[in-house]
Amino acid sequence: MRKSLLALAAGLLLAGSVSAASAADKLKVGFIYLGPIGDLGWTYQHELARQALVKEFGDKIETTYLENVPEGPDAERAIEQLVRAGNKLIFTTSFGYMDPTLKVAKKYPNVHFEHATGYKRDKNMSTYSSKWYQGRYIQGLIAAKMSKSGVLGYIGSFPIPEVVSGINATMIAAQSINPNIKVKIIWANTWFDPGKEADAAKALIDQGADVIMQHTDSPAAMQIASERGKLAFGQDSEMIKFGPKTQLTSILDTWAPYYIARVKAELDGTWKSEDTWGGLDSHMFAMAPYTNMPDDVKKIAEDAQAAITAGKLHPFKCPVVGQDGKEIECKGGANLDDGQILGMNFYVKGIDDKLPGK
Amino acid sequence: MQLVLEKRTERSNTIALVSPLIAIGLTIVTMTILFAILGKNPFLALQAYFIAPLTDSYSLQEIAVKATPLVMIAIGLSLCYLANAWNIGAEGQFLIGAVAGSWIAVKTQGTDAGAWVLPAMLVLAAVAGALYALIPAICKVKFGASEILTSLMLVYVADLFLDYLVRGPWRDPHGFNFPTTAEFDPVATVPLLIEGGRLHLGSIIALLVVAAAAILLGRTIKGFEIRVVGAAPRAARFGGFNANQLIILTFAVSGALAGLAGIIEVAGPVGHLQPGISPGYGFTAIIVAFLGRLNPLGILIAGLFLALTFIGGEQAQIAMKIPLDVTKVFQGILLFYVLACDSLILYRFKLVVPNRQVTRGAG
Repeated sequence: MRKSLLALAAGLLLAGSVSAASAADKLKVGFIYLGPIGDLGWTYQHELARQALVKEFGDKIETTYLENVPEGPDAERAIEQLVRAGNKLIFTTSFGYMDPTLKVAKKYPNVHFEHATGYKRDKNMSTYSSKWYQGRYIQGLIAAKMSKSGVLGYIGSFPIPEVVSGINATMIAAQSINPNIKVKIIWANTWFDPGKEADAAKALIDQGADVIMQHTDSPAAMQIASERGKLAFGQDSEMIKFGPKTQLTSILDTWAPYYIARVKAELDGTWKSEDTWGGLDSHMFAMAPYTNMPDDVKKIAEDAQAAITAGKLHPFKCPVVGQDGKEIECKGGANLDDGQILGMNFYVKGIDDKLPGK
Repeated sequence: MQLVLEKRTERSNTIALVSPLIAIGLTIVTMTILFAILGKNPFLALQAYFIAPLTDSYSLQEIAVKATPLVMIAIGLSLCYLANAWNIGAEGQFLIGAVAGSWIAVKTQGTDAGAWVLPAMLVLAAVAGALYALIPAICKVKFGASEILTSLMLVYVADLFLDYLVRGPWRDPHGFNFPTTAEFDPVATVPLLIEGGRLHLGSIIALLVVAAAAILLGRTIKGFEIRVVGAAPRAARFGGFNANQLIILTFAVSGALAGLAGIIEVAGPVGHLQPGISPGYGFTAIIVAFLGRLNPLGILIAGLFLALTFIGGEQAQIAMKIPLDVTKVFQGILLFYVLACDSLILYRFKLVVPNRQVTRGAG
C-alpha cells in the first residue's frame, strides 16, 4: 500500500515537472488581486488590463493571477509564490501590499515588481498610480449642479491621502458652484464589501444626501441610489448597467496602456524602477460618458475635463484653505505640489467632519 | 432492499483510525470528477494541491508558518472541549494577545530597549489572552451565562478595540494615515529559524505546546480530571472533581495559547499591528481541534493538513489557473467527507430486506 502510494506520488511529480518545462521561454507576468475578478470595480479593471496584455503580446507572455489576496500575513506568501512559479514581472495591485512587496523585492533582486498606489520603491520595485483627484474635481462640479438638497454623500474606504485628496477635490469644485454645499462622509473601512457599502449608501441618503459618491469598489451604492431614485457616481469601472437612470459618470481605471508599456519594456530589457503618477493627459484613467444630466451641466463637465487635460486647470490651485480657516502653504507655485497631494492629511474648509485620527 | 444506518453497540476504533483516510479518498475521487468537468488534468491538479507543496523546503516552511497559529489555538480549545467548556471566542483572545504584546513593541519603538522586549511581549500576550478568556468563564461559573455566546461576542469587542488603536493612538506617524503601527524593531520581532525563509521561532513554541498538552492529558491527574469531567460529569462529581474550577482553568489556558499565537503572528510574519491580522484563525482552529479529534498529535497533523490545502490551493491557482473558488469548494468537500465518515465510528451501514407485508400492501 505504502509503496504503491509513493510510486504514484513519484509519477505525479514527474508529470508535473514535464509540464513546467514546456512554458519556460515565455515572459511570465504575475498579478496579485485584492478582490475577486468579478468585483466589477477595482480588481475587475486590473483584470481587464491583464486581458489586454494577453491580447497585445499573445504567445510572448504567460500571465497568472492570484485573486482575493488579503492585505495581511498571507500577502507576502502569495507574492513569493508567484516569484517561485517563475514570474519575472509582478503587479501587486493594492496599497496594502506595499510592505510585503518590498520584502519580497529585496529577497529576489532579479524579479521586477510594480506596486499600485504605494510610496515605497526599490531598484526592482516601481510604483504607479493615477491622479484620480482630477476626476473627483469634475464630479464635484456635476454633484453641486445636480444636488437639490445641497448635501452630497461620500463613502470613504480608508482615510489615506488618495481618498482624502479625492474628498477635498470634490468639495473645492462643488463650492465653486454652491458655496454652501455640504458633504456627509461615512468611512466603510474596507475597499470591497458590498453589504457595508450598501448600508453606508442607505445611511447617507437617510441623512439627506441626494448625490452619492464612493471610494469603495463595488456597485452596491449605485444600486441603492438607483432604488431610492437618487443620483450617483460609479467608481473604478463603468457601472451604468447598475443604475441606467442614476449614474452621472464614473472614474474608469484604464491600466492597459501602462501595463502594456511596462511589459514591453521588460521584453525589450529596458525596464527600470520608476514612479509613475499619471492623470487625464496620460490616460491613466478616463471619465465614463456624462449621463442623466442636462446639457449645460454636461458642458461644464466637458470643459473642466478639457482644461485639466490641457494642464490649464489644477484642482488644488492656491489658495487652498484648510478646515481651520488657515491657508495651506503653497509649495508648488500656483498650486499645491505633488508631495502635498500625495501626503494629504487635512480637510479643506467647508467639510464639517473630523478626519479620523486627527 | 434498503441501506440503513444502524447504531453500533460501541465505537469502532478501527473506523476511527481509517475514517480520515476514507474521507481523503472520497475527496480525491470527487475532485477528480470536478477537475475533469472543468477541463483540467485531475492528476496535475491533485499533484499541485497535495504533493508539490511537500517537495521543497520553501513550501514546507510556509505550511509550518500557516499551521503554527492554528495548532496553538486548537490545542487550547481541545482542552476546553474535552472538559465540556465551549470556548468559541479564541479569535478574540488571539486579537487581545496581539494587542497586549504590541503595546510593549509600540512603547519601546526607537528606544534602545534590550533583548527583554520579545519575551515580555510573549508573556504579556499570554496573560492578556487568559484574562480575556476568563470573562466568559467567570460569567459561566458565577451567573450561568452561556459561554458560547459570551465568548463569541467578545470577539467583536476585541476586533473593534484593535481597530481603534491602529487608527488612533498607535498609528504609524509616517504611514500616510493607513491603519497600521510602524514596523516593529528587531528586538520586538520573532526570530527566523532559517536565513531567507519565513519559518520562525513560533513553530518551535507550537511543537512544545503540543508536547506539553500530550503529557498533560496522558500522564497527569489534571489531564485525567479534564477528560472525566467532560466524558462523565456525574462520575467526576462523585470523584470529587470540581467542574467549575476546570472551566476556569481550561478557558484560561486556551486564552493564553490563543493570545500567544496572536502576538507570534504579529511579531513574526506580519511585523506590525494592523486590522485583518487574523484571517479567522480562531474559528478555523475549532475545525482543526475537531479534525484532530481533540488529541494533541491529531491536532498537529490536522493543522498541517489544513495549511497544506491553503498553500496547495495557491499553487493550483498559479500552476493550473484553477480559480480560488474551486480551492474553497475543495476544502468544503474535504471537511464534509471527514464529518460524514466520522458518523461511521458510531454507526454502520446495514442492508435491510423490507417487510413482505408492506411490499404486498404497496403493490
